[in-house]
Amino acid sequence: MTTTPTTSKPIQETKTGKAAAGPVRWLDERIGLATLVKTFGRKVFPDHWSFLLGEMALFSFIVLLLTGTFLTFWFVPSQGEIIYDGSYAPLRGLEMSEAYASTLDISFDVRGGLLMRQVHHWSAMLFIASITIHMLRHFFTGSYRRPREINWLIGVVIFMLAVVEGFAGYSLPDDLLSGTGLRIAEGLMRSIPIVGTYISYFVFGGEFPGDDLVPRLFIVHVLLIPGLILALITVHLILVVYHKHTHFGGPGRTEKNVVGAPFLPIYMAKAGGFLFIIFGITALMSAIFQINAVWNYGPYNPAEVTAGSQPDWYMGWLEGGLRIMPNWETTILGWTFSWNIFVPGVILFGVLLTILAIYPFAERWVTGDDREHHLADRPRNAPVRTGLGVAGITAYGLLWAAGGNDILAVWFNVSIYQITWFMRFAVFIGPIIAFIVTKRICIALQHKDSEIVLHGYETGIIVRSPDGEYTERHTPVATAEAYRLTQHERVAPVGLPPETDDNGVRSPARLPAKLRARASAFYFADAVNKPTTEELAEAKHHTDGEHPELESGREDGFLGATETGVPRRRDD
Amino acid sequence: MSDEDRPGGELERGDGELERRDEGATPAAEPIPDPGLPEHQPRPTDVDPALERRAEFQVAAMFGLATLLGLGFCVAYFAVPEDKTIFGWDALNFALGMTLGGSLLLIGLGVVQWAKRLMDDHEIAEERHAVASSEANRAAALEIMTAGAAESGFGRRRLIRNSLFGALAVLGLPAVVLLRDLGPLPTDKSLRTTVWTKGMRVVNDVSGTPIRPSDMELGQLVNGEPEILVMTPEEEAEHAEDEIEGVDRLNAKAKAAVILVRMRPDEITPPEGREDWGVDGILCFSKICTHVGCPISLWEQTTRKVLCPCHQSTFDLADGGKVTFGPAHRSLPQLQLGVDDEGYLIAMGDFEDQVGPSFPELG
Repeated sequence: MTTTPTTSKPIQETKTGKAAAGPVRWLDERIGLATLVKTFGRKVFPDHWSFLLGEMALFSFIVLLLTGTFLTFWFVPSQGEIIYDGSYAPLRGLEMSEAYASTLDISFDVRGGLLMRQVHHWSAMLFIASITIHMLRHFFTGSYRRPREINWLIGVVIFMLAVVEGFAGYSLPDDLLSGTGLRIAEGLMRSIPIVGTYISYFVFGGEFPGDDLVPRLFIVHVLLIPGLILALITVHLILVVYHKHTHFGGPGRTEKNVVGAPFLPIYMAKAGGFLFIIFGITALMSAIFQINAVWNYGPYNPAEVTAGSQPDWYMGWLEGGLRIMPNWETTILGWTFSWNIFVPGVILFGVLLTILAIYPFAERWVTGDDREHHLADRPRNAPVRTGLGVAGITAYGLLWAAGGNDILAVWFNVSIYQITWFMRFAVFIGPIIAFIVTKRICIALQHKDSEIVLHGYETGIIVRSPDGEYTERHTPVATAEAYRLTQHERVAPVGLPPETDDNGVRSPARLPAKLRARASAFYFADAVNKPTTEELAEAKHHTDGEHPELESGREDGFLGATETGVPRRRDD
Repeated sequence: MSDEDRPGGELERGDGELERRDEGATPAAEPIPDPGLPEHQPRPTDVDPALERRAEFQVAAMFGLATLLGLGFCVAYFAVPEDKTIFGWDALNFALGMTLGGSLLLIGLGVVQWAKRLMDDHEIAEERHAVASSEANRAAALEIMTAGAAESGFGRRRLIRNSLFGALAVLGLPAVVLLRDLGPLPTDKSLRTTVWTKGMRVVNDVSGTPIRPSDMELGQLVNGEPEILVMTPEEEAEHAEDEIEGVDRLNAKAKAAVILVRMRPDEITPPEGREDWGVDGILCFSKICTHVGCPISLWEQTTRKVLCPCHQSTFDLADGGKVTFGPAHRSLPQLQLGVDDEGYLIAMGDFEDQVGPSFPELG
């Protein structure tokens, strides 16, 4: 360190400091600025790529607010019919809604309008994608556990709102594709038992398509839902600050602390820079990749549709459910129940949200673990949780693929009916296979970790002893790494309570307890415990006793091998 | 690895107590003690002034380039004509996006690079505080709530409290009632009927020209609409008052759109009672899918089936519009065709079956 002095001048004595002293004092006397800086200025944020996912969601939301505001200056949320006379020649003279015409104006007659529209759409895709992956990171590291359950629930609600917000957004331009989406949405509403027709009439202001929906969706899209999301994000972040960030375990990184860079200056620079990077990347994408070219679809006409219609990616899995559901419809007591629509179109999303919402509490019940957790689990150390997560991803992925069954049929030149039949079974069998395979992989990785802790790395160096025996040289793992591999907790299934209490009376709550014990046994089954102190001593003794020449750190300077097998020597 | 040497041994089932073995968390049972935070490793830029200067230059260069791109954006905004394309790209959009995106990206990368290469990178550790309140605070909170309850009489004055609850609960009703006018209530007319009436001509959905049976070739599919929704300019001049326009037209189209297909009469197996619903092998079906209402539009001439492009419900038009695959439950409704005095195809009435997606009152 040469040019940066380790002790710099106190900031109040610098030129800038002197100039700012007045305003800063003014602020401090009104909002206690100094206390805020003292409290939050050196707040620690740990570093890991997966911790950027939430930031990505936050920053793409900021980009959405900025670009969305720009779009509202020209967008006309009305389904009033006008004759288009803008600069896009192929559609000139056509009758269309003001919403569609103004979207065309933004695309062709407002300079930078197309760019902002495309940045808005790309960042919407990114917003929902990053929320989804952010949730997965929290799921797989178990960081929804106490004390973060409420923040998990807030996240689930934001996820739901984001999907609805996205759908409302791409329905606004009133082009042929978005109108088809609304046509399907209306069909879904009608499928709601008993009250479906009424819901549809109230939402659409009468018959489909009517002329009330775009103005209604507009206010939902630009005020109601963004307002809710903003409020929830605020609470979400306040809780992150209060709980302090989770971090991955390692030497010096424990349940009791959080290790990382301070807010000022590192984290502020990195996060602030990341906001610009997100905005920059979405702008570059919008320069190069066209998205939602509404002028190609034409105005909405309920009697027309284009082949290969696809919703935005995050609706794809529900679309897939609609496509592969068998055509069940029943009439009971004069009421028609359209299971073929209601189950995939309405229930499925509800099921996903319900599972997400209750999972932290279900897992707590099964593991009996109600302690605070601040260390992010390595996914392998919770094989059943990881298996369930991968099963969920598999189900989602298969449904998503089913939502493009027509595209798949064309690509792979197979019958669309065969794909549909395959998917009907695959969405049930696939997740089960994924669960079993994932769980086994996790357990294998746990075995590998124990092996490394007990016996060290395999160096790939074969040694022949004087009496001709070939053995592989193992090198002990560094203490820091061994600590990292053994930092997780031992498995602890919930057992059965005694059948009778102290007075010999049969315990009344026998069945739930049995269920819980079974669930707990399932949850922890086959999981590998990290080695105990005795096992470690035993393994060390074993190596020392039988192959003293294989201990590393020998007189030949051999210090073990890197992960890639390159030997390290003392003289390096 | 065999079971014997599996580290940690086999799982222990509960030993009859609803207890957790969480002694595993105590330091004594941890096989490896915490070696503590590793020593700080200096980065190349920390020890080599040349590298440090280079990093400084890189960051400054990024910011400098970002400045130029920011100015370039303004130049492009005024200089690039709106209708110009380069390599198939909209030139203005490309220029604006590249300059704005480049500028933003370089600022972001520059700041991150500054943080990673040049800012002090010593990690610091912060102790976690207890999330729960201290016992003292809990006690104080309870005291405050007790005092609040006592001072307000919230617990004691039940009459006031419960009447307030009642009044507040009733306020939910106006909030719901107020939304009543969001839409009219469904009526049988709006739900179950379309604009088709006896004698109404089936016309081409784009040009509005009426169709003679001889206009249609074998295997051909024509998209049709009732004449009052799509008119030719001449007709419009004569019967403008009959034409439905604006939102009413869209609402009517959403139910009344039809497809006409011509098949060989011997290919068709009409359902009972519908033997005379076609004209010379021309049949007319609703175009609106009975699943969720997409307009079906993919006609497989050889199998005489139509496929809905949204969810692939498939209907056999030679067999009364029956569902042969996909999520739709009901057959495509058929419209009885006839021919008027001038030889044009007309409807012989409204659909008998329900058009479009099912709904609870369908029955």
